[in-house]
Amino acid sequence: MTPIPVKIFVPRDSGALSLGADGVAAAIAAEAARRGVAIKLVRNGSRGLYWLEPMVEVATGDARLAYGPVASADVPSLFDAVFLSGAPTSHPLALGPVAEIPALARQHRIVFARTGATDPLALDDFVAHGGFRGLARALELSGAALVEEVTRANLRGRGGAAFPAGVKWKTTLEQSDPVKFVVCNADEGDSGTFADRMLMEGDPLLLVEGMTIAGLAVGATRGFIYLRSEYPHALRTLMAALAAARARGYLGADVCGSGRAFDLEIVVGAGAYICGEETAMLESLEGKRGMVRYKPPVPAVAGLFGRPTIVNNVITLASVPAIVEHGGAAWNQIGYGRSRGTIPLQLAGNLARPGLVEVPFGLTLRELIHDFGGGTRSGRPLRAVQIGGPLGAYFPAAMLDLRVDYETIAEAGGLLGHGGVVVFDDTVDLARMARYAMEFCALESCGKCTPCRIGSTRGAELLDRVIRERGGAANLELLRELCDTMTAGSLCALGGLTPMPVMSALKHFPEDFGLAAAAPPP
Amino acid sequence: MESSPSWDHEAVAAIVESLRRTPGALMRILRRVQDQLGWVPPPALPEIAHALNLSRAEVHGVASFYHDFRPTPPGRNVIRLCRAEACQALGAEALADHVRARLGLAFGATSSDRAFTLEPVYCLGNCACSPAGVINGQLLGRLTPASFDDALARLVRR
Ligand SMILES: Cc1cc2nc3c(=O)[nH]c(=O)nc-3n(C[C@H](O)[C@H](O)[C@H](O)COP(=O)(O)O)c2cc1C
Ligand code: SF4
Ligand code: FES
Repeated sequence: MTPIPVKIFVPRDSGALSLGADGVAAAIAAEAARRGVAIKLVRNGSRGLYWLEPMVEVATGDARLAYGPVASADVPSLFDAVFLSGAPTSHPLALGPVAEIPALARQHRIVFARTGATDPLALDDFVAHGGFRGLARALELSGAALVEEVTRANLRGRGGAAFPAGVKWKTTLEQSDPVKFVVCNADEGDSGTFADRMLMEGDPLLLVEGMTIAGLAVGATRGFIYLRSEYPHALRTLMAALAAARARGYLGADVCGSGRAFDLEIVVGAGAYICGEETAMLESLEGKRGMVRYKPPVPAVAGLFGRPTIVNNVITLASVPAIVEHGGAAWNQIGYGRSRGTIPLQLAGNLARPGLVEVPFGLTLRELIHDFGGGTRSGRPLRAVQIGGPLGAYFPAAMLDLRVDYETIAEAGGLLGHGGVVVFDDTVDLARMARYAMEFCALESCGKCTPCRIGSTRGAELLDRVIRERGGAANLELLRELCDTMTAGSLCALGGLTPMPVMSALKHFPEDFGLAAAAPPP
Repeated sequence: MESSPSWDHEAVAAIVESLRRTPGALMRILRRVQDQLGWVPPPALPEIAHALNLSRAEVHGVASFYHDFRPTPPGRNVIRLCRAEACQALGAEALADHVRARLGLAFGATSSDRAFTLEPVYCLGNCACSPAGVINGQLLGRLTPASFDDALARLVRR
């Protein structure tokens, strides 16, 4: 009798690959061959515990034992420690059962439940782990009933603007145009964010399922995924997932034998941050420059090629299968205030334990940064946190009791955006970060509005002067006026919100701008 | 003045032919040309415009709008370093200083022997493994000056 080969998981997630996961996988295969033991190597997604990547898992019955971070050179000693036996070992890299790793055990994973657990390219694995159950239920419901579930869930867009998905979907459903589109925003341009990437690389069929349900809900038969070009691994994984779904009848002219059609196409961007803005994205999909459109009409009424189009972020769409399977009410039951469900937050920057944390809204920044993130990687005092990407505010260490939900962060003068949390230690110079915000805006402006196009360049020059002259009341007064002009005179949030990181830096860290330090909070 | 470097006319013509009927054809064609040739030769633009029944100005406008579309051929080795916030929080600027000095190149520049091109990139989605960069398509994380040098030695094309 030949023994069943032991399953060993080594992530194919690009973050893990950037740390040598391919080399580890090759070393494991070679070592197994050398010792004559049969193994089955599975290339899974990442669990999102990046300080432990490359993280290797060994399957034993239902549990999986984790080891990490593993280097190729560690592989022989892992085999010596009989890690294939599946019994806990005393190897220095042993982490115990993966589900019991505290940073994972304390999460509430719904959208990311499968990411890291399964082989992202194996459709049977997807189905065995609960995949396509939302789609099965969706095929029994009317479009209006599906929109009702999403509305009842109070699902808000995870791409940045937090707009209710149900409202958008309802608008598109109500349009009489026979041709409608579903567009997935996979441009993920915000620094400090990687949830879309992880999901597309780790559980791409969930996105396929979510988009198909969206198509059924609003009456669209075609979908597009607009993927940023910086994500070549996600592209390969998605292409394989689409092919698998088509081959098994989950996409195409007759979805699951229902007689209803839905198919998907991937379009790769070309390195323009502004193409994450939904109307610029539609222009780009139409083959044009990524210039922001005036609204109205909103895309839900007249979007891609003038047709009614729902544009949603990857995570928004990936949240839909669970909502349809379990009902919108269940999703709406968790969360905080008007922010319902879970949110995959992304911990980045100077942290000991960076990675993906999917939790219900309402955690405090302190819990997130200290309990999950483990404090700064450098060991130096934490000084600033930027939330929500390059258009989000910088907050000081004194404000870590803020809760993470859309309203609380907005009331504090920031935005939650796509859920990126970037931590800086006390070596950061906020005047330089403010300058960078202006520079980034100048670099990425679509050029339609003068305050954004010209103002951002002026802003960077002004901040150069502030940095050189260690402040100067006149410089700072000009900076404030400029920010007011940008806020008031910009068509979209790039020009309109670049003042947010700039002015929050000035407000909370005046000493970096040559002013007296802010009074400590009461 | 330098004349424009040679480029593969046939490859571009084949790309145009295979994609001209797709919706939003222009972006897809430019994307494919960039991926296949490593740049988008400006002299190819009038041909693309003609095939798509667009004005030259329109096609030039699109080609020049997107950062990815290079108007000149890159060096044999393309090095991209992330300069966005999360990487800055872990020393991306010091790393950039090292790389600039090491290659003797500014961001956006190609060395005169065409061995290297150094480009900035604004987030690679690898912000949990900052600082991040890419050498010849290989994504790298937790870079230090020393690990960058190692990776360069491993991945460089002579
Ligand atoms: C400058 C700018 C950049 C944006 N970038 C992205 C992005 O990369 N990904 C994304 O999903 N939404 C992005 N958005 C938000 C989109 O415009 C839009 O709100 C979103 O795609 C809607 O989907 P959602 O409701 O599911 O979030 C951006 C907006 C602006 C103004
Ligand atoms: S604010 Fe800037 S990016 Fe937005 S539409 Fe105006 S010019 Fe374009
Ligand atoms: S900020 Fe550098 S990879 Fe995201």
